[in-house]
Amino acid sequence: MSSREDILGRIRARLGRNPDNAASARAAIDSYLGAPDQGPQPRIAGDRVAHFREKSEAQSSTVEEVLTPAALAPAVARYLARHELPRQAVCWPEFSGLGWREAGLDVESRGVLGTDLVGITGCFCAVAETGSLMLCSGPETPAALSLLPETHIAIVPAARIVSRMEEAWRLARAELPELPRALNFISGPSRTGDIEQTIVLGAHGPYRVHIIILRGH
Amino acid sequence: MHFKARAGQKLADVVLQENLRKAKSKFVDMRARAIAELDDFEATREAAKVLRDRTLDDLDLWLERFELEATRRGATVLWAKDGAEVCQRVVDIARRHGVKKVTKSKSMLSEEAGLNQALEDAGIQPVETDLGEYILQINDNEPPSHIIAPVFHKRKEEVSALFARVHKLAAKTDIEAMTREAREVLRPHFLSADMGISGGNFLVAETGSVALVTNEGNGRMVTTLPRVHVVVTGIEKVIPTLEDLATLMRLLPRSATGQSISNYFSLLTGVKHAEDQDGPAHMYFVLVDSGRADLVGGEFAEMLRCIRCGACMNHCPVYQAVGGHAYGWVYPGPMGSILTPLFAGIENAVDLPQAATLCNQCGVVCPVKIPLPDLLRRLREKQVEQRLRPTAERLALTAWAWLARHPALYALATRIGVRYLKWLAGGEDRIRVLGLAPEWTLGRDFPAPEGKTFRELYAQKH
Ligand code: SF4
Repeated sequence: MSSREDILGRIRARLGRNPDNAASARAAIDSYLGAPDQGPQPRIAGDRVAHFREKSEAQSSTVEEVLTPAALAPAVARYLARHELPRQAVCWPEFSGLGWREAGLDVESRGVLGTDLVGITGCFCAVAETGSLMLCSGPETPAALSLLPETHIAIVPAARIVSRMEEAWRLARAELPELPRALNFISGPSRTGDIEQTIVLGAHGPYRVHIIILRGH
Repeated sequence: MHFKARAGQKLADVVLQENLRKAKSKFVDMRARAIAELDDFEATREAAKVLRDRTLDDLDLWLERFELEATRRGATVLWAKDGAEVCQRVVDIARRHGVKKVTKSKSMLSEEAGLNQALEDAGIQPVETDLGEYILQINDNEPPSHIIAPVFHKRKEEVSALFARVHKLAAKTDIEAMTREAREVLRPHFLSADMGISGGNFLVAETGSVALVTNEGNGRMVTTLPRVHVVVTGIEKVIPTLEDLATLMRLLPRSATGQSISNYFSLLTGVKHAEDQDGPAHMYFVLVDSGRADLVGGEFAEMLRCIRCGACMNHCPVYQAVGGHAYGWVYPGPMGSILTPLFAGIENAVDLPQAATLCNQCGVVCPVKIPLPDLLRRLREKQVEQRLRPTAERLALTAWAWLARHPALYALATRIGVRYLKWLAGGEDRIRVLGLAPEWTLGRDFPAPEGKTFRELYAQKH
């Protein structure tokens, strides 16, 4: 007997499974999947964007807001200069035409290497409740770009900030034909507290996450 | 060595005691603050309990559903009865894909199975990438002492000396520099590994996905960069839907580390798509039984709800005093005192269910409402039924039971007893060495009675 049959067989025996109750339990599973329970939802007090901002900052991300797409590249340039970071970066293709050169930056849209220091991404949406960015992997939105570089800069249209994770799922179901291979919720720079419970930022992923909220877009 | 002997050693370990004190305040206080962010923690806990029971009550069908969806998305679902089969399956996968190096993010199941040893025996290099697990691995595969913070018991000076010796670099003094050094040592491994092994916090039946929670980003590395990804996790981890996942994610990081959410939370579904630049081309699930199936529907089934958050140990006065190593196996604290006897055999962990005061701190904080003290008590009953308690204890209890059924004799015996104890105290208010049970007073004093029994005092007053 295969291990699969052995394991499932023992579970079935313990649950008293028979063809009748299997059929009704399967029907119950289908109906639950069609109309799943919603857990208790914490209140999001006040403005969603402000809440997202506050939560992100609590997780050691830095946040700024700009009003137009034209202001994005200069904002990135200012941020990199302020932190004395390199002026070279890699970005998702959708941002390749943002006028980087004019802002004094050298930004390429290509596959990310382990040696790249700055990665610029967008996001599928963002969750105010926890201050999380939600990124979907895909040909134009590779997952490694938000992970390998020491600095991650994320561009977040204000309209894509939802209240809770449940709403992020709703958006994903509505807009994506199927789930991407990897769906990553990112909440601040990578960190570890393994040595003496002392929190250190920049464990294996980015040391810093900078979020630029694009208003009125 | 048994719990009692190990606990004695740990109580005398100064470094451990200091770290335990620090961690207590951090984990406990931070959890309390994070829980307060939920408007209705109790209702959220109840919802989590209900949703975990939903899959456990029909576990066979939910697992079939998960398997169907995962397979539809290109993953391969394998099953393993025990640790030996886990090792065999994973080594087979590695061989099939010509794997030489494996990067691992934390998987308790692979620790249960002793997977690293099996990989090494097969000529495959396993590299632990969680900072804590990595430190343990380069220190001759030392066992972890906490499920969330594996090197809980170490001082930074120890880590510094270890890094200097193994990395052959100048010793660093501050924790930030040590962390950077580990990052720089591990980065090439991430980039060159052929296969990544992760655990799985949850399996989502609706989508055939695995949900993975990490802070360091190593979980993302091992599931993004290598060509093969293997998830090794328990059959009890399956949950119904993404909505249910949202509910559990409100509880898991808060209960574990006191964070509103962990830095990274990934939902991984199937293999990389044709045009994707990154992601594994092969994805395997190894669904492990190792004693879980036999708990389904039984008197310990509630334990299967466990989401391995560690809150029960962080709040346990016994764990806070002795740390994780004293428990002797992969799972420490109250959850370990239940899981170890259930998975490894009641007869092989006789003193673990006794290693609790039954104060119910654990039961109050458990995010999926497992009645841990009840289960500990039930295990104690099993030990008695299976005659696993020491002869002296059994005889003593039999004698006491007989005495308790004979009130006149009982009154006489207790009258003699308190007078003997008062005499033993020699005028002090405590007894330093208890005559009949000297071991009991090894680490504490026995309060001396006043010299009369309650019944005598009661009779005097009325
Ligand atoms: S028993 Fe409860 S508190 Fe303990 S680790 Fe499991 S889920 Fe967490």
